[in-house]
Formats: sequence, structure tokens, C-alpha cells
Amino acid sequence: MPTLDLALSSLRDLNGALQTHTDGSNDTAFEVLNPRGQHAVAVGVNAPVTIDVRGSVGYYCGGMNQQARITVHGSAGPGVGENMMSGTVTVRGDASQYAGATGRGGLLVIDGNASSRCGISMKGIDIVVRGNVGHMSAFMAQAGNLVVLGNAGEALGDSIYEARLFVRGDVTSLGADCIEKDMRPEHHEALARLLDDAGITGVATTEFRRYGSARRLYTFNIDNADAY
Amino acid sequence: MGALPMCGIVGLYLKDTKLEPQLGSLTSEMLATMCERGPDSAGFAVYGAAVEGELKITVQSADPAADFPALAMAVEAEYGRPVRIDERATHAVVHVPADALGTVKNVVSQHCPTIRIMGIGEAIEIYKEVGLPTAVASRFALSEMSGTHAIGHTRMATESAVTTSGAHPFSTGLDQCLVHNGSLSNHHNLRRVLHREGMSFQTDNDSEVAAGYLSWRMQQGLNLQQALEKSLDDLDGFFTFVVGTKTGFAVLRDPIACKPAVLAETDSYVAFGSEYRALAGLPGIEDAKVWEPEPATVYFWGR
Repeated sequence: MPTLDLALSSLRDLNGALQTHTDGSNDTAFEVLNPRGQHAVAVGVNAPVTIDVRGSVGYYCGGMNQQARITVHGSAGPGVGENMMSGTVTVRGDASQYAGATGRGGLLVIDGNASSRCGISMKGIDIVVRGNVGHMSAFMAQAGNLVVLGNAGEALGDSIYEARLFVRGDVTSLGADCIEKDMRPEHHEALARLLDDAGITGVATTEFRRYGSARRLYTFNIDNADAY
Repeated sequence: MGALPMCGIVGLYLKDTKLEPQLGSLTSEMLATMCERGPDSAGFAVYGAAVEGELKITVQSADPAADFPALAMAVEAEYGRPVRIDERATHAVVHVPADALGTVKNVVSQHCPTIRIMGIGEAIEIYKEVGLPTAVASRFALSEMSGTHAIGHTRMATESAVTTSGAHPFSTGLDQCLVHNGSLSNHHNLRRVLHREGMSFQTDNDSEVAAGYLSWRMQQGLNLQQALEKSLDDLDGFFTFVVGTKTGFAVLRDPIACKPAVLAETDSYVAFGSEYRALAGLPGIEDAKVWEPEPATVYFWGR
């Protein structure tokens, strides 16, 4: 397994090696040492490889990821998994602001807490947070699922489109046009699958509440024409 | 103005006195990691040993070779006794008995038009200058300084000139200093209010208004924690503040909390960084409690 030590080589070398990985290469697992909070660790990877980052990372780790399974054995700075397309990014510690922002696909798992704006403008990504999420999470969320095992801060799901939000703990407040919705059988099924994908056991889907769009804000209503 | 979308902040508050000789070197390393966040200018405040009844007045001049000897002579002539002046590049610390403060202020304002007072206190010394943060730190030999706590700032100026006086920290009260990442939107009005209350400012910078606001609240009898809590009602805009007093160290983020912040705490110290890179080199960081400070929540440590 190739080991890439950021104390010895540059970030550009690391990302160059990961981004030029081709199908059929014998190297399918990489270990990254001494990230020391550096930005953009393992961004833009497009290969079915496993990447273990030993330590805490700075901004945008795993951004734009496709196919790769990236695990941060530490905490992550702002924008972890930003705009990821597929694959899995797992953070063993906490994540800073806007984790998984604008993500199109794949799975982002945060074992600790995520701070503000988690899943902002998410477009199909699934995000599972074992701890809490901060204020304005799922702001303008368009598609995908945000699962929170802890609590959610102020203005959850503000101006939300069609993403689904599942929260097990308390929600400080819901944002504009975000409402609680019934957990129908298909939601229990989907949530069970998400928990399973994230490796979470011993948590029942009945412990969660579902939130989503009331669809009064983003759908054009002719009666409101004067207000535009 | 000081509307600063990037900028880097570092802060280190020591609980373990054995680390005090290393305060400067640790702070210097933290500051160096934040060069990319603010390559235009840098500044830092170091709280060093205090001598009972004595004040340290940090002054700055663009022409130190001429200004500082002239200041020493003028102060001695007015005060009647020689005073110690420790020069460090463009800055100098004037050590005077507390009752000589008025004399030094008068001398500076009347005889030394090119000298600026950067900070006054029993413990605080403030250094700030234009240039790459690593160069600024080495110019003032930050790594050799010792003390109990230090706060540093690297600036990326976007809306006002890159000048020494526009660099942080800002000090508007004895032993007080503030660094700021963000921008205040009601600082013009607040400046007028504070003017009426007798506060004066040296720059047009929004961050100096924030510093002045806290100094004003503390003059009214609030402690630093209470002053910061009050600021949440009265300051509008984006901010992450790190604030020092003679014995205290505090952190506050605005309710929106866009501006980055990471805190770390061990039995030996509390450290602040705009991001984790600033903390990565600290001793024992692997086992420290590391977390992102909550919005609109005052974090305070004091002895």
C-alpha cells in the first residue's frame, strides 16, 4: 500500500498521484500521513481506491470525490466532501462549516459533530452525522438525504427544495418553508438503508423525525405575482 | 476600513508557567502558518512580566534612529529622571513609573509628531508592521519573547491601505487588545456614540471601534466576559474576535459565524487558530481537546 507522507512530499505530489490513478493499477489503497491541517487533501480523486488520512485536515478534503473511499482519522476543516459526486468520505472526528456543500452524490459520514451549514445546497449527496449539526444546515438543500443522530441548530432546512432531513434529537428551529413531515414506510426503508451504509447499528428509524419542504416558497404561485 | 474576508488569527494563553519562556517561539510558529491567510501585514501582542507600579508604553516610528533617542531625552527633561527604552526595530517599549504616563503622552503629542503610541499597560507589548508575517515576527524577534499569553494577526487588506496603523491588534485601554477577522457594518454609528462617551480613535478601522467598544464597557465596570456578551447586542456584522486583558483571554464569534475559528485546550494551554494548521505544531496537540467555538458564545479564560 503506497504511503504518502505530507511531511516529506508536497500536497501537489499527493493529489497528482491520486488523481492520475488509472483503472487496473495494482495500488488500490493509499495512506496519507502528517496532513497537519493542510487544505485540499485528496480532492478530485476519480478512482475506486481507499484513502486513509491519518490526522486532521483543513479546507475541502475529499472535494469533488468520485468513487474513492476516503477516511479522515481526525477532524476536518470547512467544506469537507464539497461537491462530491460519488464514493464515500468518512470523518472520524468533527467537521467544520458547510460539510458536503453542493454534493451531487455519494455518502459523507461524520462520526462527531458538524458545525454550521452542513449540507448547504446539497444536490443528491447523502450525509450522515452521528453527532449534532449547527445552524442553517441543509440551507437551500435540493436533493439527497441528511441524517442527524444528534440535534440540529437554528433554521434547519431554510428555503429547502426536495432534500429529505431526518433528525433523531432536538431541532432548535426550522427555517423558512421547512416543516415536519410524516415518516411513511418508504422513509423508514430509506433511512434504514442510510444508517446501514454508514455502519450505524442499534438505532431504530422510529427514533427519527422527518423534515422537508412545505413547497410554498420555491414553487411559483400566480397569486404572489405582485410580490416579485 | 478593515473589512477583511480572509485574515488569520492566532492566540495562545498559557496555564502552565513552565511554558512561559516559549510563548514567543510558539506564537511565532503559529503566526507563520497563517501567512497565506494574511500576507500584507502582521501584528502581535505579548503579555510579559509586569513590574508593580510600572507601565510599558509601546511606541512606533518610521524613523526609529532619530525618534527614539529624541523621545528619551524629551521624557527625561519633562519627567526629571531617565527612563528605560527598549528598542525593537520600528517599535520601542518605554518603561516608566505609572505616574509618568501623562508626561510621556504629552511629550509624544507635543514633541514627537512621527511617534505613535501602540499600546499601554503593565504587561502588554504590541508590535505590528507591514510585510510578510514571518518577516514581521523575525524583525521584532518574537521567538525570543516570553510571557503568559499572546495574540497575533495576519492581515489580507481588501478595503483599505496596507499600513502599520491598519494592522492588528488594536489596543484602546490599559493592557487590552483585540484582533478581528470580519467586518462590522455599524461601526460608523458606534464610533459616534463612543466619541460622545469620551473615547478616541487613532484610525478609521472598524476593528478599532470594536476594541474601543469593549474598553468602554469595561470602564463602566463590566468584566471582559460581560463586555463581550453585551457586544452581541450592539455590534452588527461579521466577526471572530480574540481579546486579551492583563490576566484574561477571550474568544467570541458573531451569531452567523462565517469567520473560521478553532480552539484547543490542554492542561498546559488554550490556543486559538483561524484553522487547525495554526495549532498543528503545538506540544501535545494530539491529545488536546480541539473544537470549533459555538456562534454567539463567549469563551473566557483568566487567572
